[in-house]
Amino acid sequence: MRDFYGTTLSSGLMLGTAQYPSPAILAEAFQRSAASVATVSLRRESGQDRAGQDFWQLIRDLGVHVLPNTAGCHTVKEAVTTAQMAREVFDTPWIKLEVIGDADTLQPDVFGLVEAARILTEDGFQVFPYTTEDLVVADRLLDAGCEVLMPWGAPIGSGLGLNNVFGLRALRAHFPDVPLVIDAGLGLPSQAARAMELGFDAVLLNTAVAKAGDPAAMAKAFALAVRAGQLAAQADPMDPRDMAAPSTPLIGKAFLT
Amino acid sequence: MKLQLNGATVEAQVATLADLLVAEGFGQGKVATAVNGSFVPAPSRAGYALTDGDQIEVLAPMQGG
Repeated sequence: MRDFYGTTLSSGLMLGTAQYPSPAILAEAFQRSAASVATVSLRRESGQDRAGQDFWQLIRDLGVHVLPNTAGCHTVKEAVTTAQMAREVFDTPWIKLEVIGDADTLQPDVFGLVEAARILTEDGFQVFPYTTEDLVVADRLLDAGCEVLMPWGAPIGSGLGLNNVFGLRALRAHFPDVPLVIDAGLGLPSQAARAMELGFDAVLLNTAVAKAGDPAAMAKAFALAVRAGQLAAQADPMDPRDMAAPSTPLIGKAFLT
Repeated sequence: MKLQLNGATVEAQVATLADLLVAEGFGQGKVATAVNGSFVPAPSRAGYALTDGDQIEVLAPMQGG
């Protein structure tokens, strides 16, 4: 597997920490997923209940890499400030950079994304940009200092899978040495396997596991799918063809008519 | 003085951002702070004088995808 800013991950599954029925189910899902990375966020804390402190202890106990996000940020300034705050709280230079451009699709504002990525990279951050499959934007993000790209599969939380396989395949082919993560939109393990079969280095998902009827079981299903897809990609899949080709040899077939 | 703390109005007799965190119960908690939209690193809180009407954000780890 390709390195992520010098870090080798133990699995190609990155898992979000939101929307689980309970902290215990979150922990069980992580354990069964063998995820190597947990995404987290920052929100307003109350001085009375201090909920964030308990959550932080739960995440530390998972023993995985922590990837803070800038979810919900719609401007460069918001995203940069949130990233600065996240770096201090989570003590990591990693940031999953989201600059949202459309409220309905949660599509990234790629112009703001490139600008924020440049500012953060120059400030020492290691940026994981949530982007589209657009090749030109990808180039600009790399120019801005990003060493990882995270194109969406489909809109966040939609569960639609890989909406533009052609575009994603082109992205993979265009940047063979850049670690690429499918971030968002996956709903089923088969879609995660497909992403890995296409040669992506990891998938990042949350809702598909957290909102399943049995999150821990679904986490295990995604773990197996990611591993299967990864093995398939390494095994150099056959090329598809339009016409049938018999797999059983015809030589030596009995003459029975 | 009156301050906006995480979107709510609070009346606090404090001089600095560090004082406010103690007064409002954050103590030694794992939080990050911003004043009027700009990040204030933890080491700067004790020297950061607040003024009437300042908008303070105190953020902590939370679930995220």
